[in-house]
Order: sequence, then C-alpha cells, then structure tokens
Amino acid sequence: MTLDIFKEKGTPLDKQLFTWREMVQAPTSKLDDDAFTRVRIILMNGLESEALRFSHATARMMNGEMRLPLAKIRRVEQHQQTMVNWLLPADLSPLETTIAFEQVAIEVTASVALREPNDYLAQVYRFGLLEDFDHLYRFSALMDRVMGADANNIIQNYSDIMPGRPTMVEHRAPEDDLRNYYVSADADPLTKLHAITITASENQTHDYYMTIGPMFADPIARQLYAEIASIEEQHVTQYESMIDPNESPLEKWLLHEAMEVYNYYGCMEYETNPRIKQIWERFCDYELGHLQMVMELFKQIENRDPAEILPQTLPEPIDYQSHRQFVRETLTNEVDLRAAGTQFINKDDEAEQAPLSIAYRDQMNSEGSPSEIVAAGYTWMPGTELVEKKSAFSKGASA
Amino acid sequence: MSTRSTGAQQAMTGNRTGLQTSPELAEELIDGANNSTPSSDGGAEDIAEYRGDYIVEGFPIGSMPTMPASEEAEADEEATGMAVLLDKLSERLAFERTGTRLYEALLNKCEMLGVQTPGPTLDEIAHIGSEELEHFLMINRAIEEIGGDPTVQSPCADMAGVASMGIMQVLTDPRSSMAQCLQAMLMAELTDNAGWELLIKLADNLGYDEMKTEFETALSHEEEHLLQVRTWLSECVLDSAQV
Repeated sequence: MTLDIFKEKGTPLDKQLFTWREMVQAPTSKLDDDAFTRVRIILMNGLESEALRFSHATARMMNGEMRLPLAKIRRVEQHQQTMVNWLLPADLSPLETTIAFEQVAIEVTASVALREPNDYLAQVYRFGLLEDFDHLYRFSALMDRVMGADANNIIQNYSDIMPGRPTMVEHRAPEDDLRNYYVSADADPLTKLHAITITASENQTHDYYMTIGPMFADPIARQLYAEIASIEEQHVTQYESMIDPNESPLEKWLLHEAMEVYNYYGCMEYETNPRIKQIWERFCDYELGHLQMVMELFKQIENRDPAEILPQTLPEPIDYQSHRQFVRETLTNEVDLRAAGTQFINKDDEAEQAPLSIAYRDQMNSEGSPSEIVAAGYTWMPGTELVEKKSAFSKGASA
Repeated sequence: MSTRSTGAQQAMTGNRTGLQTSPELAEELIDGANNSTPSSDGGAEDIAEYRGDYIVEGFPIGSMPTMPASEEAEADEEATGMAVLLDKLSERLAFERTGTRLYEALLNKCEMLGVQTPGPTLDEIAHIGSEELEHFLMINRAIEEIGGDPTVQSPCADMAGVASMGIMQVLTDPRSSMAQCLQAMLMAELTDNAGWELLIKLADNLGYDEMKTEFETALSHEEEHLLQVRTWLSECVLDSAQV
C-alpha cells in the first residue's frame, strides 16, 4: 500500500465540515449494492463507534491538556459515523442487518487471520471466526423459521450458511476468555491495526444486539439475541486482551487514527459504488488530518517520534472478498478447539483443563439453549426450508 | 431458585397512558405546552417539503436482475412486462412464504391458549396454513417456468416485507390475544386477496393463460381464508363485548 502517512497531510480539522443534509444522504440499496459495500459500511461504522468510545474513555482518565483535542476530533468522528451508518437503508430489517453483521465478522476476520504476522494471534482470530460463523447459521435459521425469509438475499452467495463451533459451547468463564497480548515494542504494526479493527468490530456487534434484541416479539428471537450478545461480549473481552496494556494513551490514540486511515484507504481501494467511494476518499483524508494532529501531540506531550510506532507506508488492506475455502479449512481443522486460559485445547481436554467454563456453560444452558432450539434439524437451502415443505402444515412433517 | 413468574401474578395496575391517570399532572402538562412558543414558524407541511427533497433525487429501492438485452422493440416490451410480472410474483411468493410462518405462529398460539369458542379450531388454522404453503410452492414453480429465479428478493417483495413486519410482531408476541392476532391476520388476508386479484389481471393481460387459471384457484382459497378470519374476528370481539 503506497499511502505515505507521514507525507500525506489530509484535510485540516477546521475544514472538516458537515451539514445535516449532506450528512444524511440517500442510503445504499439492499437489493442492488454489492454485499461487500454493506460489509464496509458496517465495519467503518464500528470503527467510528470505537473512535468515540476510546476518546471518551481516554478523556475521563487524562489530564487537562488532552481534553480539548480529544473533544475536537471526537466531534468530527461523531459526524463521520453518522454519515457512514446512515448509508444503511430502512428496508434492511434489524434481523437482516444482523445477518450482515455476521458476514462482516466472518469475511473481515478471515482476511485478518490470513494476514496476521503473529501466529498465536492468527490462531485467536481463527478461533473467534468459527464462532461468528456459527452465529450466521443460527440467525439464518431464525430468519427462515420465524420470518419466512432467506438470509442469502443479504449474504449474496459469498459466505457459507452452516454450523460452526456450536454457539451453546462457546460460553466460557472469563478465566478462559483472556489472551496473551502483543508486546508493543516488538509487534508488527499490522498486528496492532488488526487488533484494534477486530475489537472495534466485535464491540459494535455486541452493542447492536443489545439494542435491537428487545425489539423482537418472539421469545426465541429475544433469547437468541441474549445468548449471542453474550458471546459478542466474550469476543470483545478476548480481542481487547490482545492489545498491549502498556501502550500509553497517546500511543493508543495514534494507533486508533492510523487504523482508521488504514481501513478507509482499504475501503477506497475496493469500493464498487462510486458515490460511496467518494465518501471513503473524503474520510480517508479526514483521518489523515486527525493522524497529523495526534502525531504532533505525541511529539509535544510524550517527546517521542511517531515513526517509532507507525510504519512509513500502510500494509495491504483487508481483502474484501469471499474467504469460503479458508473458512471451510479452518472449520475442518479447528472446530473442536476450546480455550483453557490463554491457550487453545481440544474439546476432549476441556473438562480437565477448563472446568470453570464447563460449569459456567452448564449453568447458562440448564434451562435450554436458544441457539440449539432455533436451528433444530436446520439446513439452509435456497429460498428457505419451506421449499422442501418443512413446515408444521406439510403432510407427514413434524409440527 | 426460579425467578419465573406468570402473567396472572403480575400486579394489575391498569392502563396508565391517558390524561385521566393523573388529572392534576395532566393539567400542568397542558398549561405548560399552551404557554410555550414554537422556535420556528410553519406546520407539518414543512416535513413534506424536506422529504420531497430526497424523493426528487430518484434513488430506487432496487431493481430486478438484469435481463438479457433484446434486439427488437417488441422483445423489449415483452421483457418489460415480464420484469413487472416477476416483480409481483416475487412479492406474492414472499407474502405466501411469510404467511405460512404467520399461520404457524397462530396455530402455536391457539394450541397454547386452548381452542376458544367462538374462534378457529386447530384443523381450520392448519388447513389455511397448508394452502399458504401450497401457494408459495406454486408461485415458486411459476417463476421457474417462465425463466425467473425464485430466490430473488424483488423490490416489490422487499417493500411488502417492510409493510408486513408489524403483522409478524403481533403474531409472535406471546402476550397478544387471539382476537389481536386475528385482527393482524385480517390485514394480511385483505392484502393477499387484493394481491392475487392484481396478479391474475397481470397474467391475463400478458397472455399467461395457464398461470391465470392456477392463480384463480389460489384466489378462491384466499377468499375463503379472508371470510373465515373476518368471521372469527367478528365473533371473538362481539363475544368479548357480550353482545
């Protein structure tokens, strides 16, 4: 990737202006836009959401001189997030949006897992990937069986809809959700960009499910969202624990801004909708402006050179394409992995090595497992399982 | 320790949404609003003007899949008619498919609440549900027979899905009564009947005689469904009013 983040100054902060009218543009088309345009919108909304979350947390813990620059950049990030998120159309229902969120988790995490230079962290990504992969299957069953609709209208054939690591066994004790973190001084910059990206994406997914879960009337839908939101919380715990806690707040801020430049640039490179591409280009320039500001603060406040942290040019962007073969291979090889502490073990060893998770899981599932109930005997097929007359009303079918 | 409770245990405080819940507070509320001044002039019509700005931009919900380009104008006309037919077929397909799930939810409700008199029997609900399923499968075949892709979600199917989301919410809410469910199903059946009538007219005008005949049979089923749902609802409501 040829973008030189030290030379490219981007748009100065005082030129980063909005109106409500241009912030709220015509949304994308659920039917006509490519699924990966939607994937990028959801991912970038998640990254902007993380920008605000990080900025607020930092502002509450920092001394006075950081508060104003944080507030200034945060205001722009707020409006960037709005403009990006409002590109989702109103006919994309909460459940359809959920399907799209899981596609983001599968395809983006797969790309990250393939490119991650740290072998242990690549394993962490593959581990999480198989869990989100299973969520797509469970939500697709819900969509088919409660709404009478086909999840592939959203997925557009790019991702498989089949079981992964069963959601009911994904419930783990906190002791088995923490991972080893990269050591900032030794870590490849791409490792840091990956970690913030995926943490942000999963955090957004968690927050979204927590918001929309109660909007469903059906008790099985409400339970399924409750269950999978809990796993997304575990995923945030897992992914954020990969980040070196010894990085200073300013160092983390610098990395957050670099991560946003990196991802907007990737969106620009891949975008097929010219109108949306213009937004990615504009916001890439905005983020370069933010990065420049934070680099200056880093020099002034910490008396350190940003080049210690950031690479001259950014690594290859996330690959927005189907990772079907990689996901299938990972499924074949690693579906039976479980976690014990920071390590991964075979499920046969879980009772001995991760007893707290077994006890926790048994408690949570003791009155039934929503993810198992919703997908009992379910196999996705084109046009929903009603094509095969799998209904309470078909003669000879089990009600 | 179980934390489950039942509806019967819930303290019945009564509906609190109206002004008469608390007349003194209501008076203060009304006085406050009456003594306030809007920050801008104008009325509700200003919203229409603002919305209109987006309407004229002309972004559609979506389109039908690209059809192969034809060389002659006549073929173009045929393709246009075919695209409209496929769009409306896709809409009916989605509606019947969701309709099957709606009647499954209604059957579930009736099973759990117990058959009420007046009201539908389990067999009557199952009969309608099985016909909805058959209609879905019939449209699936019809789309395939004219070279369409039944897995497509067309723009009309998409909008019909948006319009009927509330019906699903009523049917799958464990708290909704049988009469409330029947009211929602009446909306579905009224729309369904009108949808079949339009589809028959469209198939007829485009010269799909066999399709038209099949659809007329489906409409006769739907007319029965509508009559039944309307009757059950009416009887339920009148019975509950003890008149």
